[in-house]
Amino acid sequence: MDGFVETDAGPVPRVRTRLLPSDLMGTALARLGAIRSRYKVVPGLYCVGDPTPGSPVLVTANYKLTFDALRRQLAGVDAWLLVADTRGINVWCAAGKGLFSAPEIAHAAHSARLHQVVSHRELILPQLGATGVAAREVAKACGFTVVWGPVRAEDLPAFLDNGMHADRAMRMVTFPLGERAALIPVELFLLRKSLAWIFPALFLLSGFGPDVFSLSALWRRGGAAGLASLLGVLAGSVAVPLLLNRLPWRQFWLKGALTGALAGLFAAWLPPLRGWLEPTAILLWSTAISSWLAMNFTGSTPFTSPSGVEAEMRRAIPLQALAGLAALTLWLAAPFIH
Amino acid sequence: MKDFRYLNGVTSLALNGDACVGCGACVDVCPHRILELRERKAAILDRDACMECGACAVNCPVQAVTVTPGVGCASYLIAVWLHRLTGRKTESACC
Repeated sequence: MDGFVETDAGPVPRVRTRLLPSDLMGTALARLGAIRSRYKVVPGLYCVGDPTPGSPVLVTANYKLTFDALRRQLAGVDAWLLVADTRGINVWCAAGKGLFSAPEIAHAAHSARLHQVVSHRELILPQLGATGVAAREVAKACGFTVVWGPVRAEDLPAFLDNGMHADRAMRMVTFPLGERAALIPVELFLLRKSLAWIFPALFLLSGFGPDVFSLSALWRRGGAAGLASLLGVLAGSVAVPLLLNRLPWRQFWLKGALTGALAGLFAAWLPPLRGWLEPTAILLWSTAISSWLAMNFTGSTPFTSPSGVEAEMRRAIPLQALAGLAALTLWLAAPFIH
Repeated sequence: MKDFRYLNGVTSLALNGDACVGCGACVDVCPHRILELRERKAAILDRDACMECGACAVNCPVQAVTVTPGVGCASYLIAVWLHRLTGRKTESACC
């Protein structure tokens, strides 16, 4: 917040285009996943710079990470920011859920009395909102015409300078390394509950053998199984996102199986394992975990289709389940066979 | 997005050229630049690049372009399947 701008519909709060340390802290926590479901901005009208009734209106979602991503790109721009109530969800996901929609945007424009604030009748919407917004219905509901802005907020200054025209590159989604890396913390954070019971269970199961239960086996075999799980997680949720376009094959479960098998070879070689059953079980376990997690990364990318994901899941899940069960069976059988 | 290709021959994207009025709304909103106006009609340039987001279909005034929209997200589909199996609502890691 940085003061107010007076308008015919009352004072409109002006926001900074530079993030404060507290904003950056919030960004880090939201990226981690710790606060992402309650990181919101109050919906309504805001502005940057010194807007006049002729200044453009940029529409966005009320997820604070989204709002911050937008305003930090607007240094030197005079514009109105109309924040729709998307229940704290980003534009793309809110559009998919029907929250970033024509009725919601019309409602936001009416509530802010936007027709008294600006003299023109145009709203600039982020292009990725188009899955939930029929432009013609916004015009029908509130009299404002939708102009599709660029996919990325960083292109907005150029878009505005260019007479509100987006070139091909501005209209196209991308998925560069930095964006993929930013997703890794939340991918790992969401696994914390599953891992919290998988690790103790693996250690416990590893203790069973011909002597009924052995503490030394618990540590030796449990450690090896824990390492295999950990490396499987890193292979599926870190290596696959980072190397996404370098790994062979298009199906995610195959990419994950490849990185998981490599991690599994390492996990089978490093700790002291016995016979061939234990290393085989370790290899299968890492591969299954990594393949499963890589498959679940499909939802975080901007190019996978639901038809395609369903097709690969029908192939992958039986094989992943088989590999996981085989790994557990071999692991439990190994102490009895030697 | 030429670095990132997904599966071929799976998309539900369809275009009815007879119904198309050539307004170009679908061309603007497609985030993979699959559609183009040719001789006042929309044309699909690269069907297999479609991620079925549904932006084109939502913005088509005459339903000439259609797609079964959704999110290409495995954990969402798992949540849906589990819901069908158990009747309980499950939490999805998706957005």
